[in-house]
This record gives sequence, C-alpha cells and structure tokens, in this order.
Amino acid sequence: MAIATTQARAPTFFDRVVAATPGDPHLEMCIQCGTCGGSCPSGPDMDHTPRALFAMINAGMIEKVLSSNTPWYCVACYYCMVRCPQQIHITDIMYTLKRMSIQEGLYQKGSAPEAPGFSQTFIDYVENYGRSFELGLATRYHLSYHPLDMMKMAPMGIGMLRKGRMDLTPKKIKGMDQLKSILAKAKELEAKL
Amino acid sequence: MKYGYYPGCSLEKNAASYDMSAKAVARPLGIEFQELQDWNCCGASEYISINRVAAYSLVARNLSLAETQLEKGTDLVAPCSLCFLNLTKADQYMQEDAPLSAKVNTALNAGGMHYDPGSIHTRHLMHIITEDIGLDEVAARVIRPLTGLRVAAYYGCLIVRPGFQSKFDNFEYPTSLDRLMKVCGAQVVDFPLRAHCCGGHMTQISQPVALELIRRLLENAAEYKADVIVTLCPMCQLNLDVYQADVNKYFKTNYNIPVLYFTQLMGLAFGLSAQELGIGKEFIDPRPALAKIGVEVPPPEEPKPKKPSKEELPMPRMPEES
Repeated sequence: MAIATTQARAPTFFDRVVAATPGDPHLEMCIQCGTCGGSCPSGPDMDHTPRALFAMINAGMIEKVLSSNTPWYCVACYYCMVRCPQQIHITDIMYTLKRMSIQEGLYQKGSAPEAPGFSQTFIDYVENYGRSFELGLATRYHLSYHPLDMMKMAPMGIGMLRKGRMDLTPKKIKGMDQLKSILAKAKELEAKL
Repeated sequence: MKYGYYPGCSLEKNAASYDMSAKAVARPLGIEFQELQDWNCCGASEYISINRVAAYSLVARNLSLAETQLEKGTDLVAPCSLCFLNLTKADQYMQEDAPLSAKVNTALNAGGMHYDPGSIHTRHLMHIITEDIGLDEVAARVIRPLTGLRVAAYYGCLIVRPGFQSKFDNFEYPTSLDRLMKVCGAQVVDFPLRAHCCGGHMTQISQPVALELIRRLLENAAEYKADVIVTLCPMCQLNLDVYQADVNKYFKTNYNIPVLYFTQLMGLAFGLSAQELGIGKEFIDPRPALAKIGVEVPPPEEPKPKKPSKEELPMPRMPEES
C-alpha cells in the first residue's frame, strides 16, 4: 500500500498570492535576475523592486510585503512582464498585492497610505452610475486626501471645464440595477475565495 | 467593414475629440461602427486593485453585451488603450482560469447575462486601421499631405504590451504608427521613448513620480525637434498635454509641444477641417504647428458671459471688460 508522502498543510503566503492571481502567474519560476526592477519606470521610487518583493513573498514576510509601496507605485506599463525571462505575470501579482494589502489593512502602515483611496473613489462612481466621473473623482479624492492642494489644482479643473473636457454631472447607464446585482454577486463570490 | 464600437468613458468627454476624429476618418475608409448599447466603464486600472471577481464581471458585462448585440464574428473596437487592455485581459483570463470564469458567469447570471470566453475579439482602433484597412488604402485618401510637419509617434504601453489576445507590433520599439504617419506625408522623427509609460494614474497618487515620467517623454520629443506628439490613447494625451504646464513649473522647463490623436492628423491629411476633428480642446495650442501644413484653426471660443436670468438668485458679478 502506497504511503502518502505529502501532508496537507495550511496555505502559505506564497500560495495565497498565487491563488488570488488570475490564470497561472508562474511566481515560483522567479530566478531573482532583477530584469523587472531594471525595466521599471518607477523603480527608483519603490520601497522594494519586484524581484525583492518576490523573495520576500517566498520568505513569508506578509507584513513587510503588504505594507510596501511597490504595488501602489506600479504604473502597470507591463514592461517587466514582457521582459521577464520566466514569464512571470508581474503586473497581475502587483494587483493581487494591492487587493491583499487593502483586505488586511496593511497599506496604512506603509509609505503610500493614501493610494487605495483613489481606486476606491473611482469605483464608487462606477458602482453607482456605471461610468466614471472625473470631476467628482478629482474633487472627492483630493478633498479627502490632499485638501491643501485643492487650490493648486483648481486652474486645471477650470481649464478642463472651459475646454469642454469634463462633465459637471455624472452619466448613468440604463442597466444600473442589472449592474448592481452583478457586482453584488461578484463581491459575495470574492469573499468566498 | 463593420465593427462593434466601445468608446469608453474618456471618449465621451475628456477625449471627445478622439471620438469625433475616429468617426470622421472611419467614414472615408469604409469603416462602420455599431456602438454597444448601454456599455459600462471598464474599471480602468482601479477596480482590479480592489476586487478581482467584481472587476472581471464589470468588464464581462460589456463582453456579454457585445456577444448579444453584434452579429457573430464581428470584432469589437476600443480606441482607448486601457479599455482595449481590460477587455482583452478579462477574456483571456476567463479562458485560462475556469474557476474564475465560473464565478464571473455566476455574477453575470445575477443580472440575467452570460459570456462565453473567447467569443469576442477586441481590437484597438489602430489595429484595424493598419491591419484590416491597410496603409495603401490610407495613402489613397491623402489629399493634403502633412509635408514638413515633424511628428513624434508615441505608442505608450498598453497597445503593444503585453498582448493578451494577439501580439501587435514590437513591444519595445513599435513602428506601425510611424509608418501610418509617413503615408500621411508627415516627417516622422526618431523618438526612442515611444513605448515608455506616461505615468497613467500616478498624477493622482504621486505627482513627482508621474511628472518625471512625463518630463522624460517631452524632453525626448523636444530633443528630436518634434512639432507635435501624436498619440493613440486618451490617458497619454491627457498626461502629456494637460500636465505639461505642471512639468514646466516643477522642473523649471519650457516645453510647448502640442499632443494630438493620430486620427486627428489622419483627418487633416484626408482634407477634413480642424473643427470636424475636434481640434481646439488641447491645453497646448496646436495652431503654430498646424500652420506649418497650412491648416487654420479658428481661435478657441471664449465662453460667453451669462445673462442674468429672472429665476436665478441675484449674485455679484464682475463688470464686463470692454
């Protein structure tokens, strides 16, 4: 009789990151070459390069990884992803880390504590109107997070309105009830992951 | 040729000139657009940062609309690079990741919808013009060549990277937009940073990071003495045009390079008027550059002073300037 050689174990941080990323992100393939950090346009402003972050994920350093500003400073240009010799889905992993850092509330401890506010404000409009709304997004986000900078941004906002490039009111799609039901169900399913 | 059309939120207002010019050049090229009815936002790069299943479901609602509204085999066209990325990415990962696809379809079902992964092929506007229509067809419609106009062709990121459904051009050094501008008669300058990032939404999260990325691009275009930067993405246009003044202030530079959509320059080459192409909504005035090719753009309209209405409460007003 064959003896089971593997034992069920609790999922590690590494397993959780992989499971929360769509498709197969090939994270276990990282050879620590650093091509990602070298290709990154915002790399110099990051707490850790993607390469370093992946080693930290492997080492189970949950708190350090999820409070790093790296995922929030990722501009999603996909340069690292197309250059990675191991085809690791680096950009997708950055999105996974953003979601995990919000779920665990760890982004607040890091050096980019306001970054999720922009995404959250953006999606609030999408969830209520089905379309994005730039004027509302800009005023609500900056009033909440950088109220003192509002005066500096006013000329740009006025310029956008004068050039006819910004609406004063949001547009709403017809199927709003349908979209709300879809998103409510999706969130319920996300919670079960 | 008939295509489904997904304009996306930017093209409704902030990039309305891209929408206008895309439709204006489509007509002479024999491209017919059927706009998706009641489409919703693609979530940009924000929804995916908060909730995975909801982000994919949001995009999948559009794909499902396309599946129901478009005749089978009709491609969907997105002129915005980020919409293009999200639509192709959602479809691709739904094909690769069966559990994710099942969850997205359970969510869609709550709204009485369904999407079969792989049934909608989404393409960027640039793809269909260069691949389906072809440069010869474009060249045949040029009646006012952009002779002498020095153009820097800027691709940005997402049209060439990562290529979720199909690869387009080279992901580090693409040349298709250069060739398109050449057949329109423009003098295309070298622009080594052509596929580097404009900073995307970083202008909102960390301005110094974003302004540096924008500065590099402007410096590069200025080095090669470009009269105009031509782009194919609303985010790139916004960052390079609207934030150019902020870059100048932050770095004490004095760049003054107009940023236009490729469809606007194509339209001018086709002999269309600046108004039809939405020219005049830019922050950096393109008139001096366009004067080089003999295009006159009427001066921007100043908003008319509002007449006091009887229903309105009396408000203090500045005296009108004579």
